[in-house]
Amino acid sequence: MATATNATGEAYEQAFGALRAQGGPSWLPALRREAMDRFSALGFPTTRNEDWHFTSVTPIAERVFKVAPTRSGPATLSPADVAALVISDPDWHRLVFVNGRFEASLSAFAGLPADVRVTTLADALKESPEFVAEHLGKLASGEGQTFTAFNTAFAQDGVVIHVPGGEIVEAPVHIVHIADAQAAGAGIHPRLLVVAEALSRLTIIESFASTGSFGAPYLTNAVAEIEVGNGARVDHYKIQRESTDAFHVGTTQVRQGRDSMYHSFSYAAGAAISRTNVYTQLAGENGETRLNGLYLIDGTQHADHQTFVEHLAPGCASRELYKGILDGSSHGVFNGKVYVDPVAQKTDGKQTNHALLLSEHARVDTKPQLEIFADDVKCTHGATVGRLDEDALFYMKSRGLGAENARALLTYAFAAEVLETIEVDALREGLEALAFARFTQSFGEQR
Amino acid sequence: MLKIDNLHATAGDKEILKGISLTVNAGEVHAIMGPNGSGKSTLAQIIAGHPGYVVTAGSVTYEGKDLLAMPAEERAQAGVFLAFQYPVEIPGVTNAYFFRSAYNEVRKANGKEELDPIEFLDLMEKKLKLVEMDEAMLHRSVNAGFSGGEKKRNEILQMAVLEPKLAILDETDSGLDIDALRVVAGGVNALRRPDNATIVVTHYQRLLNYIVPDFVHVLAHGRIVKSGGKELALELEARGYDWVMEAA
Repeated sequence: MATATNATGEAYEQAFGALRAQGGPSWLPALRREAMDRFSALGFPTTRNEDWHFTSVTPIAERVFKVAPTRSGPATLSPADVAALVISDPDWHRLVFVNGRFEASLSAFAGLPADVRVTTLADALKESPEFVAEHLGKLASGEGQTFTAFNTAFAQDGVVIHVPGGEIVEAPVHIVHIADAQAAGAGIHPRLLVVAEALSRLTIIESFASTGSFGAPYLTNAVAEIEVGNGARVDHYKIQRESTDAFHVGTTQVRQGRDSMYHSFSYAAGAAISRTNVYTQLAGENGETRLNGLYLIDGTQHADHQTFVEHLAPGCASRELYKGILDGSSHGVFNGKVYVDPVAQKTDGKQTNHALLLSEHARVDTKPQLEIFADDVKCTHGATVGRLDEDALFYMKSRGLGAENARALLTYAFAAEVLETIEVDALREGLEALAFARFTQSFGEQR
Repeated sequence: MLKIDNLHATAGDKEILKGISLTVNAGEVHAIMGPNGSGKSTLAQIIAGHPGYVVTAGSVTYEGKDLLAMPAEERAQAGVFLAFQYPVEIPGVTNAYFFRSAYNEVRKANGKEELDPIEFLDLMEKKLKLVEMDEAMLHRSVNAGFSGGEKKRNEILQMAVLEPKLAILDETDSGLDIDALRVVAGGVNALRRPDNATIVVTHYQRLLNYIVPDFVHVLAHGRIVKSGGKELALELEARGYDWVMEAA
C-alpha cells in the first residue's frame, strides 16, 4: 500500500491534533491516536491491493478532506425537507445528522422501550463511557483497513444502540445522514455501534442523502459495528443515495452468536465512487446471515461491494443475492468472500450475483472467493452479467406492451427480485417506486 | 382475415420456410401439423413478429394491412395473439400487473378507456374461472416457477383477457396431461366467435379431438405439402407423416 503523501499526511495529522483537544473520556484519545497511527501507516489502498483491485481511490487519496464544519445559526433543513430526501415513515424512530452533526430538532425517538438505549455517540461517551469503551473499535478494529482507522481517528458523532436481552424493538430505528452545501470539501465519518443482546430484535435503517450542490466533493466514510447476541435478530438496511459529487465508503462489521440472524440490505445509487463492505462472522452454531443488495448506477459512477462471511462455527447458513443495473459508462464491482473454518461443518453457503448492462460502455467486474477448510459443507456461487433477455422482451411485446414499456418493466423486474427481500413495507414500497420511476423515465427519454 | 402468400424465411443461414401460402377467414379453425423441424413454430413466431427471423420473400396480410411491416406490439394491439410453446418466465413482475399493463395498452391503442386495478380484478375473476385457475396466480410472478400445465393455462388466460381476433396456439398441448388438455381446449372453445379465427399448431392429433378444426394443413420441409378437412388429422394419426411427405 502507498502511504499518504507527506503533504496530505501532515494536513490530516494537523487536523487530528486539533480534534484531540476536544476531550472525552480518558481512554478515547489513546484509541484515536492508535487509529491515526494505523491510518498513517497503512495509507490509502492502491489497485495493487487485492481487495481494491478494481476500485481506484486516487480521487480520495489525492485530496485532504477537512473536518466538517459545525452549524452556526438555525437549522437549515426542516422536517419536510428531510422527508423529501429520504424514504421514511412516521412510525420509525428517527435520528437525523446533517454533515455528520446530530440535529435534535429533526429527530424523534422517544417512544422506545424503557431499557433500550438509543443515543448519539457524543451523549453515550458522557452518559455511559464504560459501555462504549467495552465495544467501540472492538469489531471494527481497523486492522488492515485504512478507511476504518480513518473513521475511528476522526469520527465526531454517530449512534449507539443497546438492546438488552429479550427486548423487541418493533419500529425500525432510522438513522439519517444528510450532507448539504456546507459539506463541500469535508470528510464525514459517522459511527454506528449496535449491541443486540440475546433473543432481542432490532431493525436499523441507515439513509445517506444530500441536498444542494457541492463546489468540491465530500467524503462519507461510515463505520458500523454490530453485535448480534445468541438467538437475536438484527435487520440492517443501508440506503445510499448521495450526490454524484460525493465519495462514499461504508464498512459494516458484524459478529453473530449462536442461533442468531443478521440480515443486511444495501441499496447504492449515489456517489461518484462508492465502496460498501459488509463483513460478518458467524461465531456460534446455527447462525444465519442474509446479505442482499442492489446498485443502480449511470454516467461515470463506480460502485463496489465487498462481502466477507466467515463461517467459524458448525451448522450456519449464509445467503447472498446482489444485483446491479448499470447504464452509461458506469463500473460495478462485486467481490464476495466466504471463509469456512475447519470446525464449521454443515455450513450451507450460497452466493449469487447478477448484473444487467443497459449500455455498451458499462462494465462489471465480479470476483467470488470461496475458502473452504471443512469437508462436510455445501457452498455455491453463481454470477451472471448480461443484457435484457430478448425472449422476454418479445414475449411482453407479443402481448401488446410497447418496446419502451417492455424494456422498462423488465429492467424494473430485475431490480424487484431483490427489493422483494426487504421486510419493512414502507421502505420496500419506497424503493420499488424509486426504481420504477427511474426506469420508466429513462426509457421514456430514449424515445 | 389472414393471407400468407409465398412466404420464405431464414434463421441465420438456414432457410426454414420455403414458400408458404395460407388463407384464414373469420370464424375458421386451422390446424397446422407436421413433424419436428418442419417449420411450424417458425411460422407461428413470424406471424407474431419474432425478431429472430428474416423474411426473404412473400407477404403476410392481416385485415388488409402488411403484417410484416408492423412491430410485434402493434400486431398484438391489432388482435394477433401467440400462445407460446415455451412461455417465458419473468420473475419480479406479477401476473396481475403484466396482464393489466398489456390489456390497457391494447385498449389504449384501440381508443378504448383503460381499466383501473379494481375494475381489472373484476374482469380477471371471470377469466380465471374459464381456465380453472385460482386468484392466487395473479399475485405470482409471470410464469416463474409455474409447472408446465400452469404455464399453458396462463397462456390461455392471457388469450381470454386480450380476446384476440387471430389466436395462434403453438404446441399448446405439449406437456399437458389429459385433464389440463381438456381445460385448455375448453378455454379456447369458449373464446371462439364468428368474428375471430384460430390457428392450432400441433404435432399430435390429440388436441384436435377437443378443438375441432375446419382445415388441416401438413407442413414439411418448409412447405405445406397437403391440406384437407379434419379427417386428414385422423389419417395422420393412424399412418404417421411419412406417406404425405413421400407423396409430396
